Amino acid sequence: MRRYAYYPGCSLERNAAAYDESFRAVAEVLGIELVEIPDWNCCGATEYFSLDLLPAYALVARNLALVPADLDQVVAPCSACYYNMYKTDKNMALYPELARAVNEALAAGQLHYDPGRVHSRHALEVITEDFTPEEIAAHVQKPLRGLRLAAYYGCVTVRPAGHDNPEYPTRMERLLQALGATVVDYTLRANCCGGHMTQLDADTAYRMIYYLLSNAARLDVDALVVACPMCQLNLDAYQGQVNAHFGSSFHIPILYFTQMMGLAFGIAPERLGFGQEIVSAEQVLEKFRNPPPEEETAERRPRRERVGLPMPEPFVVRHEA
Amino acid sequence: MPEETTTNPFLEEVMAIPGGERLKACIQCGTCGGSCPSGEAMDHTPREIFAMILAGMREEVLKSNTFWFCVSCYYCTIRCPQEIPITDIMYRLKQLAVRAGYYTASITGFSETFVGQVETYGRSFELGLATGHYLRHHPIQSIRMSPLMLSMVTRGRMSFTPTRIQGIRQLRAILRRAKELGGEW
Repeated sequence: MRRYAYYPGCSLERNAAAYDESFRAVAEVLGIELVEIPDWNCCGATEYFSLDLLPAYALVARNLALVPADLDQVVAPCSACYYNMYKTDKNMALYPELARAVNEALAAGQLHYDPGRVHSRHALEVITEDFTPEEIAAHVQKPLRGLRLAAYYGCVTVRPAGHDNPEYPTRMERLLQALGATVVDYTLRANCCGGHMTQLDADTAYRMIYYLLSNAARLDVDALVVACPMCQLNLDAYQGQVNAHFGSSFHIPILYFTQMMGLAFGIAPERLGFGQEIVSAEQVLEKFRNPPPEEETAERRPRRERVGLPMPEPFVVRHEA
Repeated sequence: MPEETTTNPFLEEVMAIPGGERLKACIQCGTCGGSCPSGEAMDHTPREIFAMILAGMREEVLKSNTFWFCVSCYYCTIRCPQEIPITDIMYRLKQLAVRAGYYTASITGFSETFVGQVETYGRSFELGLATGHYLRHHPIQSIRMSPLMLSMVTRGRMSFTPTRIQGIRQLRAILRRAKELGGEW
């Protein structure tokens, strides 16, 4: 049994309840115990840091200070929450005068946080780093065979903290492959969804969302799989607005990686928050229940003829177990 | 070599954040602007803004829209060959612009409404907030947004009643103290 402090964040309370429900459900299967931080507050998203820096750090530090003393890791499914906690801890450790000021503010609420005490981690990081693809595959009851999926990480899931390649991450792809899905090479996987841009300048925001959706549509995916409630909201809830704005007709369900895991683990879709998405995922569920015959899902790329000069055998490093 | 005598108080002000002193090392390569997903909408690319900061053009910089269009995606930050914390500098410029009063309410209104809400409830109220912001600042667009809002409501994804944390007094005390301490970070 692995134990982590859990910071759901405001989005997961309502707008992204599907992410919360599905993460808790797959955590149970994987033997993860999530201990919710008692009486946590909002992390401030990107808004607090835009106005006032010390209160922004103090806001995040209150949550870190409330992590139970016997736990040294906190997991957050929302990329913004995860990164704010990571950044606060890191900057407090790097800049002692900042740590002193933050702790002086926390003292007004009888709290204290020692930088380095709690390691902040993203839910995707925990799932793909603490579990091997084999361990994940061992829990698969019904593979996602025949489902063509694109993994979309967005920005702060992988940048700048870097638990995966910040330009070209591959962990979610490997996870989805372990679940039996067909994973496409979605080159925009780490581009930004626009964050709160929909609130500031809709034209700019829609252009960014359009870019992501049109590329996914060209790859003919059944769904775009995400790891952040902001990405989900922008791509899902605003998909209709983008269609109206550009005259496009995208219909791409936007689902959380935890929902895909839950399906493969044999958990009922209702327990995974299916049906909360704006762009219906009914076709995804239909294809999952009745996968196409084996030969249709096999890799379609033709094998290259072995012509040309003989080449040396590839050099392979073998790691002994 | 004589000691550097030129003073640029604006540069000092911008650099007063963790890692901010790297800004002096900018080599004007333009990797930041080239990596920016929303750069098209900016009136000055990040590279230009840095040249302007180094030239002490306080008012022009703080009146530009560049940092308001920053989406905090950190592409520029990880790609900068001089390791300048560009995204954090964009946040810094937002703070300075707000303090100087160079902004329009429709842009900073969202941040301010958000912060106000967190200080009242301890948690953010998501789409309730988005609706409020839209109605106040973009009344016409609100009509176009109504189908979206409606579908969010029918799927149970929109809350009308924000959660109030139990320790709201404690949180307020912490934030009040943090504001009093102020300082430059």
